[in-house]
Amino acid sequence: MTFQFILNLIIAVTWMLINESRDAVSLLIGYLIGLVFIFALRRFFPGPFYLQKGFAVVKLLLLFMKELVLSNITVIREILRPRLVVRPGIVAVPTDLKSDGEITMLACLITLTPGTLTLEVSPDQRTLYIHAMDISDADELAKQIKSSFEKAIMEVTR
Amino acid sequence: MITIGELIIGLLVLLGALLSAISSFGLIRLPDVYMRSHAATKSTTLGVLSILFAAFLYFLLFEGQVSVRLLLGILFVFITAPVAGHLIGRAAYRTGVPMWERSVQDDLKKVVTPVRTEQNRE
Repeated sequence: MTFQFILNLIIAVTWMLINESRDAVSLLIGYLIGLVFIFALRRFFPGPFYLQKGFAVVKLLLLFMKELVLSNITVIREILRPRLVVRPGIVAVPTDLKSDGEITMLACLITLTPGTLTLEVSPDQRTLYIHAMDISDADELAKQIKSSFEKAIMEVTR
Repeated sequence: MITIGELIIGLLVLLGALLSAISSFGLIRLPDVYMRSHAATKSTTLGVLSILFAAFLYFLLFEGQVSVRLLLGILFVFITAPVAGHLIGRAAYRTGVPMWERSVQDDLKKVVTPVRTEQNRE
């Protein structure tokens, strides 16, 4: 992945050298030309085309923003409700993610989701302990985390 | 163009201030550390983000300069706020801060035995 990006940069710099101009515009043009080349030659590289990763990262960021707004709406509704009717608790949620980076990303994402807060990661990194504001839909919560977050994170890291 | 910009900036600043106010209200109102931490991490993050973004838009539209420092500020707050919430919650659980009495489930108790603090032992 990094290799493809560096190759793209080298092509851009080469384009600048060929044109004997040293401004940002020709670097950008060279970068776009290199992108076309790498896309055309993508089956010679081991991994997938690297812009796919870029799209996955953008998708993850948008997911972060969406969850932040949704969680604010949830929390504010609970704060402004005259009587507290929530039933908080701590749930264990299993995860399939392996590396430290992936788990950190998942924990941050969970902290920003509606009504959940990561409290502890088990030492074998297979389970996350989550404090949920309203536990009535704990199973649904675990399912949602599995389906949307883990998938989005896996698209970025694998 | 400028009028629309003024409107959006005004709304963003108001929204940010309102969110911060509501989250400090939540700090007073919610029953235990963990739920207060919910209010503190989420609403404050979004509040600070929208105020910083409004400042960024102001400098972009009226002064004509792109302030990268404000963007970096947004990025740093966005990265650090959930980690801070997590660490405070974890430290609270490990030192044995009790949960609200109407909490229904505690899966963590089997794994981590909270350290009793002096106050709890009495």
